[in-house]
Amino acid sequence: MSSSDGAFSRWRHSEGAQGLILVSPTFLYALLLLAAPLATIVAISFWTQDYLVMIREFTLANYIRAWTEPLFQTLMLRSVVIAVIVTAATVLLAFPIAYYVSFNVRPERKALWIFLITIPFWTSYLLRVFLWKVILGYNGVLNSGLLGLGLIDEPLTFILYNANAVVITLAHAWAPFAILPIFVALEKIDRALLEAGQDLGESRFTTFLRVTLPLAMPGVVAATLIVFIPTIGDYVTPKLVGGPDGAMISNMIQLQFMKLNNGPLGAALAISGMIIVTAISLIFLWLNRRYLKVRQ
Amino acid sequence: MKGRGLATYAVAYLLFLYAPVILLPLFAFNDGTIIAFPLQGFTTGWFVQLTRIEALHDSVFNSLWIALTTAVLSTCFGLFAARASARYRFPAKGGIMGLIMLPLVLPEIIVAVALLVVLLQLGIDLGAWTVILGHVLICTPFSIAILNSAFLSLDESLEEASYDLGETKWSTFRLITLPLVMPGIISSMLIAFTISLDEFIIAFFLTGNEPTLPVYLWSQLRFPTKIPIVMALGTIMLVASLLLLTAAEYFRRRGVARTGAKDSGGFL
Repeated sequence: MSSSDGAFSRWRHSEGAQGLILVSPTFLYALLLLAAPLATIVAISFWTQDYLVMIREFTLANYIRAWTEPLFQTLMLRSVVIAVIVTAATVLLAFPIAYYVSFNVRPERKALWIFLITIPFWTSYLLRVFLWKVILGYNGVLNSGLLGLGLIDEPLTFILYNANAVVITLAHAWAPFAILPIFVALEKIDRALLEAGQDLGESRFTTFLRVTLPLAMPGVVAATLIVFIPTIGDYVTPKLVGGPDGAMISNMIQLQFMKLNNGPLGAALAISGMIIVTAISLIFLWLNRRYLKVRQ
Repeated sequence: MKGRGLATYAVAYLLFLYAPVILLPLFAFNDGTIIAFPLQGFTTGWFVQLTRIEALHDSVFNSLWIALTTAVLSTCFGLFAARASARYRFPAKGGIMGLIMLPLVLPEIIVAVALLVVLLQLGIDLGAWTVILGHVLICTPFSIAILNSAFLSLDESLEEASYDLGETKWSTFRLITLPLVMPGIISSMLIAFTISLDEFIIAFFLTGNEPTLPVYLWSQLRFPTKIPIVMALGTIMLVASLLLLTAAEYFRRRGVARTGAKDSGGFL
């Protein structure tokens, strides 16, 4: 008895046990409210809904529908294409600004610039999306401004209620999430390396290509994933500015769960979406590691 | 030369970032129901109307209560996890922390749908508490990120000195650790509060008959005549979150100064 007590008390005072005890409340919460619900979603995606009753028999029917029906294929493909375009636009637009703040702004002003960049994103997300509708609309700010200046003769219609509007709005919504990781990566670069590059006869441009850019890649990779993953699942933007041709997979998932009362199909769509996101992210990481030798 | 080109780009980019936000106050004080240029004249009428909508007041109080509870709970969970992650090596640390931080990279609609299904299966009524459950889940990773850096920048020898001088674990935590990470705690609570106040998807799925402010706003966006009132409300929310963020930044800087580290800027 005393020996097992001793072993237990030794274990209880070990570093590993103390860490586990300390992390356990948060871990239990995540287990109960994240892992268990996710497991449930996986389970019901293999069941069927018969009006109000859930039939708990294993079937792949939901997945077959999710992957073969043209409507779902279109929505899924559009979600992926929009997310890819949004990610590319956001990261490409964000890089120069992160570079500017890291390399051209005086150190004591950097915090102010980062603050300036993040402020617009603490207004209500819903309202920001809605305001893009105001800007891009038929009688919107952009059209009335361009008409007033005499640059166009009639309002532009290709900028609202379609995929373009979704891309513009999301590229705006995710800007700081792209700028901040790139900025952090650029800040970590030892400035002496750049001087060394130039001392060894490289031009400013080749130094950028051969020293700065490779060292900034971890930040760019992080920014890409941070923007890409949630963008596919965005609900508000396609609903408000997307119109019928800009709807994405989340709108269908919500419809299945709430209006059509077909949870299993909604779950299968959600999981299919997650699988696609994960697969694309892994391929992206693998390509980076393979060809650019980026280490996470 | 190159620097000037970049500076021009930076200013143009800031204009793009601020374009929608600038419109909020413009149309909030605009004396016309249609949201379009040219502006019609100055009025504070929309703000006066705000004070008369009871459903709006209910949703504001509901949101404030949810955000406050979420801020406290997610900071508590964040304290446990950040302390464990910053100070201890334990078995399956990567997996455990990975699960806890997972909501950061999970589309919110997945979290919302998964919680909704489980709550309905268990027969739990939707309401403020179910929204809080979801919000704590997505805010805890942010709290951990903030508190983790607070714990990491804490000099361990201060705690050791306290043990050597005869203090117990708990009294050391209360007398030494807690005061030193207090700025991190406040900053974590403010960030969690702001995230919860603004969160829409999870609230939309889990709120039941008591809408939060964003859910109420969503229902109003469908009525064109209500838009100027929404703009006025948005302006107030903008000013409020600016005040909150300035406070969070102030406490973060005090924290950095207190632990003697060099300021590296930004909260994220």
